[in-house]
Amino acid sequence: MKDKKLKKVDLIFENVECNAYEVLENTLKRDPDEIILDIIDSGLKGRGGAGFPTGLKWKFTKNEDSAVKYVICNADEGEPGTFKDREILSRVPLKIFVGMAICGYAIGAKEGFLYLRGEYNFLLKELNVILNDFNARIKSMGFDFTVSIKSGSGAYICGEESALFESMEGKRGEPRNKPPYPTVSGYNGKPTVINNVETLCHVTMISRLGAKQFKDMGTTDSRGSKVFSVSGDTPIAGIYELELGMTVQEFVDEFGDGDTKSVQVGGASGHCVPRKNFKDTIIGFEGIPTGGSMMLFNSSRSMYNVLHDYLEFFAEESCGQCTPCRVGCQQLLKGVEAVKRKERPPQYLDDLKKLAGTMKLASKCGLGQSVANPFISIVDNFREEMIY
Amino acid sequence: MSEYLVNLKINDMSVSVPEGTTILDAARKLNFKIPTLCHHPDISVAGNCRVCVVEQKGARTLVASCATPVSEGMEIFTNSMKVRDARKNVIELLLSEHNADCTKCFKNGNCELQELASEYRVGDHVFIDLVKTSGVHTIDISSPAIQKDDSKCVRCQRCVRTCHEIQHVSALAVVGKGEHQRISTFLNKPMNEVVCTNCGQCINRCPTGALSERSYLDEVWDAINDETKHVIVQTAPAVRVALAEPLGFDPGNRVTHKMVSALKHIGFDSVLDTDFTADLTIMEEGTELLTRLKKVLVDGDTSVKLPMTTSCSPGWVKFIEHTYPSLLDNVSTCKSPQQMFGALAKTYYAQKKGLKAQDIVSVSIMPCTAKKYEADRPEMRDSGYKDVDYVLTTRELAMMIKQAGIDFESLPDMEYDRIMGDSTGAGVIFGATGGVMEAALRTAYEIVTGREVPFKNLDILPVRGFEGIREATVKIEGCTPEWNFLEGAELKCAIAHGLENAYQLMKAVYEGTAHYHFIEIMACPGGCLGGGGQPIPTNQEIRAKRAQAIYDEDKGLPIRKSHENPEVQQLYKEFLGQPLGHKSHTLLHTHYKGRQRY
Repeated sequence: MKDKKLKKVDLIFENVECNAYEVLENTLKRDPDEIILDIIDSGLKGRGGAGFPTGLKWKFTKNEDSAVKYVICNADEGEPGTFKDREILSRVPLKIFVGMAICGYAIGAKEGFLYLRGEYNFLLKELNVILNDFNARIKSMGFDFTVSIKSGSGAYICGEESALFESMEGKRGEPRNKPPYPTVSGYNGKPTVINNVETLCHVTMISRLGAKQFKDMGTTDSRGSKVFSVSGDTPIAGIYELELGMTVQEFVDEFGDGDTKSVQVGGASGHCVPRKNFKDTIIGFEGIPTGGSMMLFNSSRSMYNVLHDYLEFFAEESCGQCTPCRVGCQQLLKGVEAVKRKERPPQYLDDLKKLAGTMKLASKCGLGQSVANPFISIVDNFREEMIY
Repeated sequence: MSEYLVNLKINDMSVSVPEGTTILDAARKLNFKIPTLCHHPDISVAGNCRVCVVEQKGARTLVASCATPVSEGMEIFTNSMKVRDARKNVIELLLSEHNADCTKCFKNGNCELQELASEYRVGDHVFIDLVKTSGVHTIDISSPAIQKDDSKCVRCQRCVRTCHEIQHVSALAVVGKGEHQRISTFLNKPMNEVVCTNCGQCINRCPTGALSERSYLDEVWDAINDETKHVIVQTAPAVRVALAEPLGFDPGNRVTHKMVSALKHIGFDSVLDTDFTADLTIMEEGTELLTRLKKVLVDGDTSVKLPMTTSCSPGWVKFIEHTYPSLLDNVSTCKSPQQMFGALAKTYYAQKKGLKAQDIVSVSIMPCTAKKYEADRPEMRDSGYKDVDYVLTTRELAMMIKQAGIDFESLPDMEYDRIMGDSTGAGVIFGATGGVMEAALRTAYEIVTGREVPFKNLDILPVRGFEGIREATVKIEGCTPEWNFLEGAELKCAIAHGLENAYQLMKAVYEGTAHYHFIEIMACPGGCLGGGGQPIPTNQEIRAKRAQAIYDEDKGLPIRKSHENPEVQQLYKEFLGQPLGHKSHTLLHTHYKGRQRY
């Protein structure tokens, strides 16, 4: 029997030994291609949830022939149940800025933006103080790069990268058609790297410790560690950095209250794992990926209410642009209500599951595509709770 | 588009298309029809209705064929089970938020959503009816021109893109998100209180009946059936080249005389021609231009503004009232042909026919929705009555013909009635972009030099065509003594159609970087032939065919210069005196009102 796979790690928040400026200064002496190869080699994947290999993103953007390129830090943390970026922004913002600068140096960008969730504006003052110092320090290192902060206005959809660009450009926050992808045409139509807050911190740590130490953690598909936001029916809710690759069972053993009936992995847009699947489900890209949100529900919870809340959230937060998402979310919400009220037969849930499938296939962006995740996993595993 | 060819397979058939081509266009090349809804050839790609999704081998999701460019080696399936299921589901969703009140709808039989639903045999009861459950939709009938019914809106945003991209107006915009998302106006104000120019281009591109003209069909039928009323009708130049389309003919058919016949069958007491007052407009506007030139060039009068712009297009007039109120003195004071006709109908015509003005009901058939608004303007009551009582669009006339049970094809050709039924080729070409300019030049040049314009067959080709902004310079030589001050002068003209182009041109005038004497502007793409009251669908190919028909009509007429219109000459002799005379000033000219930019 191998060791328990759940291991607490402390890379993101440990500040003592990481002099971020020193890391930056040393990294700026390196060859940009080498830096990118290092990031590729580390196996780092985006920590926002989608999990695109960070190094490849950088490489694609670097290869684009454009005088202007951008680095954007996506700090529009809006997924229900996720609050780890807020903690990172409050406690180790310099690691984020250094990660952005390393990216800017590697891909040839002179400007970076941090897109801050509107609800996190209380952090602005402090962030700007650190940022002013950072921008000055970076100049003194002889690297022409400036970071500034743009505030969101409270729309969940603006965490979707192309909607985020639209919002930054002063337009209505609506996802764009892809292709072109941000690496080719992002903010202002220029090649853009957009990374999650935590991803950029990992960049700083990989630059300091080397790719190997990061790569040695986790599994083949899910390297390194991840910051989790643990909430719900747990005696120890909070932020935890854990090595990737554990099963839901191991997670529940650590965080559950002894009566956990399901875990919602990845927030409202993630999957619901019922107790019977705890042992077989790995948290990571080979199992169920997550942007960090882990919500535990014990047997006192109605899964109908859980799903209903999620659907209300999506019906409200869909940008409304594309049919499957705008109308689909409303139909799923009104549909489960109708079944619960016996206005539609239980079989209507199957029509709704089919609809969720269509939303997954035909929606324009990740929001509409992912509504099927909670819907199908909750309806399949807790069907009786939907009906009675 | 790139020269580089991309090879792909669609439904197992190979095709090579230039890089940058969309999957939709590549499929069309192979004659595979992919249904669309939010896609329209005149505007940018949105990719938001998701009706056109197709399967791309190896892709995680389906892709929107209208918004996805082809790539090398791509394998596409346009009709797989996965595609059919998703597409049907999407159509069901659209219907669930749509007020499928089809039998009462103006678009019944010409509705893209209805067509999709019937093609996929989709009923409206699969999902929960969102119109009923959340329905606080009201129909906005505040505007005399455009009616907006949100319960029929499927949020394709074609209207929004049209209003922004083609017209630079942005009266319509997307507001709210998710379940609350809808198409609205600035601060949700009613349509008659916003920057809307009533051009109706949104109606032309609305796939459903969410946007339509305010219809006055019932009022017109009532008037026709009222024996105490003398109901006269005028028909605009662009109607005759488009009316055939909703009656089952191909675009580009000229049906002038069948249309006259149909109007007589319907029961109008007198069928007359707006072309008559188009010719009259040329007399007034041409004289106004020459007078302005004289005042500026000879008298040094700085209160007179150049360039002078045309004023026939009520969409354009309202646009400049909102956009450049400081340039209103540059707009010709001439009323549009419709309103000149209206003012004369209840004065000159009444007098000649021995009728009382209050017994006349004056109806006009227009390719335009803004004409409905124009007829309602308080300035347009110079006869002492509402000069034009009801304005119907080309589409409404087609519906009237259908309602009357008329077999249009078998109708005999008939001539317009007299008086005010005479027209020239110059009047006809008002219907195409550049036409007013051409007609004005034919007349003004001849007034100044006593000779015809120096263009073969009177066809001033440089002012024709579909380029958004066009320029032409006419050198004036051999002036008569009265116009000697223009000898050797180069008359600089510009033409714009579509309000985005108009905006660009007037911006240059406003900033002082453009130096013209005379500018023709039409609010709609292609001019009146592409007007907001014309048959649906519209696209560049259809507009080009209508334009060709207009120029053919001009060519076929015995008189092709406005000043040679015998009824116009008679009108001046018997009633008006001379162009810009006292009576003209009272009846045929107007003033404008500065408005704000919202």
